[in-house]
Amino acid sequence: MATGSVKIDVHHITRVEGHGNIVVDVKNGQLKQCDLEIPETPRFFEAMLRGRPYMESSHITSRICGICAIGHATASLRATEKALGVEPSAQTVLLRKLNFHGEMLDSHILHAYMLVAPDLLGAPSVVPLAKAAPDVVLRALRMKKLAGDLCAAICGRHTHPIAMTVGGFTHFPSKADLEALRQRLIEARADVDATVELFQKLKIPAFERDTEYIALSKPDEYCFIDGVIKSTDGGSWPVEQYRQVTNETCVKHSSAKRTRHQRESYMVGALARVNVNFDLLHPKAKSAAGALGLKPKCVNPYMNTVAQVIEIAHCVEDSIQLCDVLLSRGVTWEEPVAPARLSGEGVGACDVPRGTLFHNYVIQDGLVSGANCIIPTGQNLNNIEADMRALVPAILDRRPEEITLSLEMLVRAYDPCISCSTHMLDVKFV
Amino acid sequence: MAVRPKVAFFEFTSCEGCQLTVVDSLQTHPELLEAVEIVRFREAMSEKGDDYLIAFIEGSCTRPSDEPHLKAIRERAGVVVALGACAHLGGVNAIRNRQELSELRRYVYGDKAEWYETYPARPISAVIPVDATIPGCPIDREEFIRVVKAVLQGRAPQLPDYPVCVECKLKENVCLYLRGKTCLGPIALAGCDAICPTYGDSCEACRGLIPNPNIESLKNVLAEHGLSVEQTMAKMTMFLTYQTMESEAAAHGNGKR
Repeated sequence: MATGSVKIDVHHITRVEGHGNIVVDVKNGQLKQCDLEIPETPRFFEAMLRGRPYMESSHITSRICGICAIGHATASLRATEKALGVEPSAQTVLLRKLNFHGEMLDSHILHAYMLVAPDLLGAPSVVPLAKAAPDVVLRALRMKKLAGDLCAAICGRHTHPIAMTVGGFTHFPSKADLEALRQRLIEARADVDATVELFQKLKIPAFERDTEYIALSKPDEYCFIDGVIKSTDGGSWPVEQYRQVTNETCVKHSSAKRTRHQRESYMVGALARVNVNFDLLHPKAKSAAGALGLKPKCVNPYMNTVAQVIEIAHCVEDSIQLCDVLLSRGVTWEEPVAPARLSGEGVGACDVPRGTLFHNYVIQDGLVSGANCIIPTGQNLNNIEADMRALVPAILDRRPEEITLSLEMLVRAYDPCISCSTHMLDVKFV
Repeated sequence: MAVRPKVAFFEFTSCEGCQLTVVDSLQTHPELLEAVEIVRFREAMSEKGDDYLIAFIEGSCTRPSDEPHLKAIRERAGVVVALGACAHLGGVNAIRNRQELSELRRYVYGDKAEWYETYPARPISAVIPVDATIPGCPIDREEFIRVVKAVLQGRAPQLPDYPVCVECKLKENVCLYLRGKTCLGPIALAGCDAICPTYGDSCEACRGLIPNPNIESLKNVLAEHGLSVEQTMAKMTMFLTYQTMESEAAAHGNGKR
């Protein structure tokens, strides 16, 4: 290790969603400070839900985040449905899964191609990359458009979904919509293969640090919606016991709260899901994992982007299967299932692109009286800082610009969604 | 084209979904990148420039330290465009303005409330002059392209001044009131192609109100359709809390005189 002193202050990390700063202070080879600051404005969504009709919750909370709007809406609807005794139909479950894949694809493609690939290809952003490698950028835009069109066919638009409601949907895709989507998804297989090839060629930084990985899990499918909370350190918990896992605390340098479970920190997101649920990936996704050299349990956080590429392969294949099921059973215009009661408490959980998301509502006489949202990026912040503290001493001999880039790439690998994570609260149900 | 105008994007309190919609608009309008030079777009690029002609600002002003940033952008930019409902109206951020600030902070951050700076959410026009607006939550990507074209040609962008009902009728949708639902379409500004009613959901007036809306009459209609005062107020304040509170304050002021 070098004995020098390094001061790094990256004000507003770029190519991430929201505002974050990296602050590193090394004096005479000793790490004095290594923080990921979150100066994003507090957002107060949980407080804003109080006193409002339960039907509005999913519309308000989708506005937490433009990138995972469908994820927030889905978790919100599940929380409300569990609180009010609503059991959605088999068709609703299928449509929600397909819709969710659309957002997963959109978000992963945005992150892997537009936010991470420029680093690995030595470009400052996707704009110069469009000139240097137009085929790569055009492929990304083509795949992203398919993902957005998939969401639009089911819920009107990706940001912010319209037709998703408590107990079902207010609009349904036609047979022609589904057939056209299915055809485009099949054509997209070539783009998925090309994506795997591209990331095979790119050099992912070597850095390993063992940690706890947490994701939702189901016995019979690669889980994104509902299921139980599962850890690579062993153990599983019903989603209603999420607070035993997340244990939120405040730190002064971040308006996003922090979490810890069985260790100092844990990780959620694509890498955590792949580590927890690898066996349930589609065979094509497993072979992509083989080609990309990811074996569970993988403890290199930079591989989160590779895990996203694996999930792109999974979601395209699973979307084709879901289209087949929906086409063979036919989509009917169903009225949303009415609530069995107007008071109750429920927890909705989804594994959104960046990890496990919890919404917990208390509803009284149809109005929300208490709300708590726990966001993936908030759960990852302690783990990112632990990675930074392990990484910095190992690379102190490099030039400050190189150290800065390594740290920025590390933070970016987690695909943080900062505006999402800055509105968590202490639970105090009225 | 000789010199491409320099464009910068900024975000304050928001979900960044409008900037995401800007990225999406490039899927169908890649020519945009040939017409302008983007010098700052933190969500998508690492390059940072401080020399720009047009500034697009997403998000509401929600804390004192936002104000000098907004004023600095205003000083540098020739044209400031409010991007989306948070910047234009205050949007969903302003819902919390009805709650007592210290209680609100305690509810979310407990005994650590004083660590985090905040005050009531405002549209950016409450802090700096704004030259043009792209309404909506989120913005409409086609309207974004139209407004950019107008600004580049030195014209004031033309936004519709009629209600969502006009567009909804043109779409030949069955009126939601006839389907046993309620809707803010009669008082809400059009321009979204009535996308929410088209997908079976009520208009929530995310683009703001038409000139001279008959709000009292709409409240009566909502009551006739079974909405309680609370439900009616919730509907009117999802995106329009800031405007509702302003007009209440004005009415209160008039009452005193």
